[in-house]
Amino acid sequence: MVRLITHNILACHAKGCTTNNFPLQFQDVSIELREAEFNADFLRGFLPRLEWAALVSAARQLGDTSLPEQQPEMLDDEFLQKLHHVLLEIHVEEGAMVCPNCKHVYPISNGIPNMLLAEHEIG
Amino acid sequence: MIPTPDLSHLKSEDYKHVYEPAEDTFILLDALEEDADELRRSKPLICLEIGSGSGCVSAFAGAILGPSAPLYLTTDINPYACRATRATGRQNRVPIEPILTSLTGPLRRRLRHAVDIMLFNPPYVPTDTDEADDAQQRANIAGAWAGGHDGMEVTNTLLDQVESLLSAKGRFYLVAVKQNDIHGICQRMLSQHGLKGETVLQRRAGREHLYVLKFTRQSSNP
Repeated sequence: MVRLITHNILACHAKGCTTNNFPLQFQDVSIELREAEFNADFLRGFLPRLEWAALVSAARQLGDTSLPEQQPEMLDDEFLQKLHHVLLEIHVEEGAMVCPNCKHVYPISNGIPNMLLAEHEIG
Repeated sequence: MIPTPDLSHLKSEDYKHVYEPAEDTFILLDALEEDADELRRSKPLICLEIGSGSGCVSAFAGAILGPSAPLYLTTDINPYACRATRATGRQNRVPIEPILTSLTGPLRRRLRHAVDIMLFNPPYVPTDTDEADDAQQRANIAGAWAGGHDGMEVTNTLLDQVESLLSAKGRFYLVAVKQNDIHGICQRMLSQHGLKGETVLQRRAGREHLYVLKFTRQSSNP
């Protein structure tokens, strides 16, 4: 279950790929929606750890346009509910993530991202 | 008393490919249970387990801390282990996110000084270096225990990554055996990485003398 909270944390780690290696671009994905328990404190705490622009663009790639371009200053309940859904309830089950820099393809199968590298690709 | 995670969905067929929880797993669970109040009070946002195998340890962390926080991330180099971890998360209603990778590769850029709880029950059994290398290459069940020289070859690689991942209030729990040189591990973590180690639990189990070590920043106030 590659949720967008996890996608926001994964970067390409192929040998020599150190700039523009995040965020990974989704390719040919299928998604499932599953309810998760809402926790406002967790969301408020996690917000500073997020790369906002990466989250918004990833959500749009998956067809969700509910988040504003700019991270709002007021963290009201309506916003937190949207953030909760985007971060924690959209599961990418199949497809791939592609590095924007070196174009390395990381497959996603049964909700598990395959971030393994061949021996010659390990930095 | 926090119940041991339900692993009834894993069958003997699964344990041909994935390490079955044993005494070294249970001592880590016991150490986490002993620290349960402290862990809850620290309000962790990210819990990262390296080499999650069956997923038993992260599911137990989930039983202590609850399903909605922190984010439970796991890595394993063995695809069977990632699938087992995912299933164990579901079985125990903890949303665990397994990542198929060696140690922490794709997480290091974004999780710099961000991990609040880090867990590692490494392959700690002293073996030939070749045996340990081969097990990691093949990503098979032997990779769960074959530790190479002093049983420290995989652990040493991870130990050099811990400081860069651990948050200001971060805690790193490591399972080890006496032959790994407990004192040497703690000295090295302190002198090279400024992380203070302590023994949370130790016990004998058959031929093994097991330890759970906990590392924190010297400045942190646990």
